Amino acid sequence: MTARDTILGRIRDALVDVPADETPDDVPLPRAYHRSHADVDAPALFAERVADYRARVVEATADTARATIAELLAARSLRALVVPPGFPEDLVPDGAWRRRAEPLDVGELEAADGVLTTCAVGIAVTGTLVLDAGPGQGRRALTLLPDYHLCVVRADQIVGDVPDAIARLDPSRPLTFISGPSATSDIELDRVEGVHGPRTLEVLIVRPSQEHP
Amino acid sequence: MSDAGTNVVWLGSPTFPRAASAALANPQLRRNLRKATTTIRDKRLAATGELDDWEQLREAGAATKRRVLRHLDRYLLQLEESVTRAGGIVHWAADAAEANEIVAELVRATGSDEVVKVKSMATQEIGLNEALAEAGIRAYETDLAELIVQLRDDRPSHILVPAIHLGRAEIRETFVHEMAHWGRPAPEGLTDEPRALAAAARLHLREKFLRAKVAISGANFAVAETGTVGVVESEGNGRMCLTLPETLITVMGIEKVLPKWQDLEVFLQLLPRSSTGERMNPYTSTWTGTTPGDGPQTFHLVLLDNGRTATLADTTGRQALACIRCSACLNVCPVYERTGGHAYGSVYPGPIGAILTPQLVGVEHAETLPFASTLCGACYDACPVQINIPEVLTHLRAKAVAARRARRRTPSGEALAMKAATAILTSPGRLAAAQKAASLGGRAIARNGVIGPLPGPLRSWTDARDTPAPPRETFRSWWRRTRPQHPSGEQR
Ligand code: SF4
Repeated sequence: MTARDTILGRIRDALVDVPADETPDDVPLPRAYHRSHADVDAPALFAERVADYRARVVEATADTARATIAELLAARSLRALVVPPGFPEDLVPDGAWRRRAEPLDVGELEAADGVLTTCAVGIAVTGTLVLDAGPGQGRRALTLLPDYHLCVVRADQIVGDVPDAIARLDPSRPLTFISGPSATSDIELDRVEGVHGPRTLEVLIVRPSQEHP
Repeated sequence: MSDAGTNVVWLGSPTFPRAASAALANPQLRRNLRKATTTIRDKRLAATGELDDWEQLREAGAATKRRVLRHLDRYLLQLEESVTRAGGIVHWAADAAEANEIVAELVRATGSDEVVKVKSMATQEIGLNEALAEAGIRAYETDLAELIVQLRDDRPSHILVPAIHLGRAEIRETFVHEMAHWGRPAPEGLTDEPRALAAAARLHLREKFLRAKVAISGANFAVAETGTVGVVESEGNGRMCLTLPETLITVMGIEKVLPKWQDLEVFLQLLPRSSTGERMNPYTSTWTGTTPGDGPQTFHLVLLDNGRTATLADTTGRQALACIRCSACLNVCPVYERTGGHAYGSVYPGPIGAILTPQLVGVEHAETLPFASTLCGACYDACPVQINIPEVLTHLRAKAVAARRARRRTPSGEALAMKAATAILTSPGRLAAAQKAASLGGRAIARNGVIGPLPGPLRSWTDARDTPAPPRETFRSWWRRTRPQHPSGEQR
């Protein structure tokens, strides 16, 4: 008998109280909770909640995004900036840094001190960015090893709350939910930002131009 | 289940009462614990109070787990199929020894003699690090608190913050003296500032992450429908382990399966808010099998029983398998706050440990644990999946007492009393009625506010202890009267 048979057999023996004709759907599962706790403008709430994690949030319009990115990057005095494949070329400013593109090995990634990406979804209530390794985001290691991450999120990518985000995301892709910079409270429960992931996270919210003429 | 490879109960640990009195005599430990549990408690209340549908979320979480447990065989088979379809390899392990053997064999096959580890209760439970060491494989813990515990050759004392019993000065000492034996030494002139200590850990672990070929993780959930597995964390050590190595081995208790992707909308709200008291933890990673060009190209999922099916067989006790390891019940527990985690002598401390450990190993191997509680009910109120911990405790007490009685062959009023208590604690209505009756009846037989020895079958229960007379009003009814409409929606 394999361990698989043993375990499945034990489970069936353990569940003798469950009627043979009961199906999972026969077990009631009330979903009486709200679909969203966001009652205001989602991008505004998102900005507030991301900032609560001590990540810097900046807003721009489609017209000013490139200049704003240039300013943010210039302030970091980066040596090497990783730009993943598929990142909108018109948003990449020139600067004093060396631009790094794939393929990159671990050593090269470790040597880069910044990464500029898009994201798949923003969640307003929890101040969360979700990356799905799609265009402009690259594979997961790109946003992990460099110490500085600037993430660009379009206002229309920001949903109100967790249920909307889960519905929008494709679970077959590798997903990373990011809520503020990495942190630990393991020492006397004192929160320290920046352990292994990027120690600095900045988020740029880009609204359509017509909203702010 | 007295398997040599299992850590569910630490062999040679004193029983809870003996360990607890030792812990109570340590004022530094008590100060650390009080500060820590008070801080997390307040954060959790703020984070859960923010959602006016918290009770509905708990209800959905509890119902989802009930559905899973009643049809566990079916969901595991579905998970096996979906993980396999996505390029993963599924293994089954009936006990700790089998799981350890599978993992050691998988690591050996990669040719590597070291692994990096993401904090995982399941691998602690089976004593994986010790088993790997015997197989000549070094396992590096990468969660900061786990690293501290590993460097000290200590034991974890909390599910979420395993080094909660240590202060910053002790942690600095550990880093200065031990890091060099494990790899990169602590920086010169290291202070005990948490920021400096975290930076030292970052440097120490970095080289390990960059060279590791194999990672071992636990899982917070796995979705049967899609084969998606997830890890919830804060520091980014999880992302390092899940992303950089070529091979990933995940060890997961069979109860962690969830039916649908949609179910995450509930658990990703319940878990962070209950656990660290944050709206969301810094990092959550999910993966489905393997992805060409991104992350590990070989993925193994080890499904672990190790006493879970025995727990499932107990219709009252099985609700303990709904636990999502948030640790809220530890932080609200007046007993845990005073004794700390080590006194429980198990990787699962606190209220959840008191009900899970005896079931995983058999109540006769952890007899005193179901008594490590005052039955105040704070854990039940805090639990995001509504596990009725007091109900399971009294149920297990009855079992423990019955087991002891069977050995002594003497009848026991305690067993009867615990059986009756279980029936009452099962239903809030019955509990309210019983509390009211106790309030009236208890006062009638009390002298000086204390109930002394009672006649009849209750004598053996009361002759060992004096029971304070029940107050005129129960806590619950006082609360309802004085706070009829709590804005947070939390009933406490
Ligand atoms: S029993 Fe409930 S409160 Fe305790 S750790 Fe498990 S889920 Fe959290």
